[in-house]
Amino acid sequence: MLAEALFFSAVLFTIGVFGVLIRRNAIIVFMCVELMLNAVNLTFVAFAQAYGVAGQVFVFFVMTVAAAEAAVGLAIIIALFRHRQTVNLSNINLLKG
Amino acid sequence: MQSLSMPHGTLPLLYTFHFYLFGFIAIGSALLFVTRKSPVAAALWLVNTMFCLAALYVMLDAQFIGAIQVLVYAGAIMVVFLFVIMLLNLGQGEIHDARGTGWKLTAGAVAIAMLAQIFALTKAKTPINLTLPQGFAAKQVADAGAIAPVSGPLFHEYLLAFEVTSMLLLAAVVGAVVLGKQRGEEDAR
Repeated sequence: MLAEALFFSAVLFTIGVFGVLIRRNAIIVFMCVELMLNAVNLTFVAFAQAYGVAGQVFVFFVMTVAAAEAAVGLAIIIALFRHRQTVNLSNINLLKG
Repeated sequence: MQSLSMPHGTLPLLYTFHFYLFGFIAIGSALLFVTRKSPVAAALWLVNTMFCLAALYVMLDAQFIGAIQVLVYAGAIMVVFLFVIMLLNLGQGEIHDARGTGWKLTAGAVAIAMLAQIFALTKAKTPINLTLPQGFAAKQVADAGAIAPVSGPLFHEYLLAFEVTSMLLLAAVVGAVVLGKQRGEEDAR
């Protein structure tokens, strides 16, 4: 099942990258990043079955980092919304010059 | 000996069928998630993807990770996302936020290039002496339970990383509180 799991993981990761590139809603872009993390987790679990169960420990760490990232990222989005009244990324161009 | 070669002692055909079923449901939900206009619908399709991934984890002999996936990812993280969507009132009257055709073509090209790269990587040969015997993970779960093979390394080899993780979570919580604080408070004081 290793090859099949790697196939699904690759496709899910690519869908995540595609979503980051085509969407302008900051929250949906953020959820696409979560989808990419999930795809990597699937790779970790598949390799853990083939090369040693300790690989599942890394899934645990990835989930912790994802939780921390969600907390900080959503706080940033809320602060941004309070400031600009939008989460549309094309309206947030402070660094464009 | 039959249970060693066949995961969970089920028929291999049925196992393969369900593996593909959950995998393709996950991919279909992910595609719907990326293309939905409404953020709430997108979030719910992402939850569906995560449930299918949990099923795949269980089929790959990672029952504990599957449970954590449902509890932490689908349960906690996605609820926070939905909560923020509702807090910002993005559910209705949404603007169509997909980018133009040029962006879509570029994104498609990037996606195809990435898929090709990843498939080329998965074709790479791994050294055979690293590979565990067939059914080893299932046997370990049957012998020691679903949690012990994960928690053993977590509290021995990776203890330092585990402690650093607690610092990371603390910093993230403090950062979220500071960022989420009302702007007027500093002026009022």
